[in-house]
Amino acid sequence: MYLIITAAAAVSATVAWYATAPQNRYKLNVLCLIYWGAAIMWLCDFIVAYISEGGPFPEMSAEAALLGIVVVICGAAAWLVYLLVCDPKGVFKKILKEEPQK
Amino acid sequence: MACFLVPVAEAIVVTAVKRKVEKKERESALCQNGLQEELQAESGKISEIAEKSSKIPWGRKLRWLSNLLWGGSFLLLIEHIWHGEVVPWPPFLTAMGNPADMAGMFQEMAMVGTVMTLAVTGVWALMVWFAEHKLSDKQLAPAKRPAEK
Repeated sequence: MYLIITAAAAVSATVAWYATAPQNRYKLNVLCLIYWGAAIMWLCDFIVAYISEGGPFPEMSAEAALLGIVVVICGAAAWLVYLLVCDPKGVFKKILKEEPQK
Repeated sequence: MACFLVPVAEAIVVTAVKRKVEKKERESALCQNGLQEELQAESGKISEIAEKSSKIPWGRKLRWLSNLLWGGSFLLLIEHIWHGEVVPWPPFLTAMGNPADMAGMFQEMAMVGTVMTLAVTGVWALMVWFAEHKLSDKQLAPAKRPAEK
C-alpha cells in the first residue's frame, strides 16, 4: 500500500513540477526525485519478495496505508528543510535585511 | 532489514564524485568565460566553447542521481524504523544482535539492495538519455526551420 501511496505522491509532485517549470522556484524537482527514488526502491523490494516468497502484491492493510502517509509527510518535510536551507526566493535574505519599522 | 544501506553507499560515492565534478566545472566555466571574452574582443565569433557549454553539465546529472538515492534511502529508513528493523541505539540494526539474522540481513542487502541500486541507476541513465535527447532536439530545431520553409 505504501508503494502505491508513494507512487501517487511522486506522480502528483511531477505534475506540480511540470506545471511550474521552468521557473522551479520551489525546487519541486527535488521532491519528485525523493518520491521516485523511494517508489523505485520499494517496487524492486516487492518484486524480489514476490518472486522469492510469493504472497500478496502489494500489501493492503490499514497499517501499510498509515505508513504510506507517514512516508509521504517525511518526504515533504525533507524537501521543506532543503527548500528553507537553499532559500531560492531569497526570503530569509529579504527578511533579515529589512530594517525594523519605526 | 538493511537493504537501503546499499543505495546509501552508492549515494555517498556519487555525492563525493559530484562535488569534485562541480568544482572542476566551476573552474572550467571561469576559464571559458575569460577565453570567450578574449575571443569576442578579437573577432566577435561565437566560440566552440559556447557550443560545448550548452550540454547538460555532469555535476547536474549527478545531482539528479544523488537526490534519487538519498531521497529513496531516507524514506526506506523511515519504513525500517516503522517496522522496528532500525533502532536509535547501537548497533542500530536489530538484525545485528543475532548471528542467524545477520546472515539473512547480508543476503537481503546483496539481493534486494543491489537490485534497488541498479534499478535507480538505470532509471537515472534513462533520464539523462532523455534529457540529452530533448536538448539536442531543441538545438537542432532552429537549424531545421529554414529548410522546412
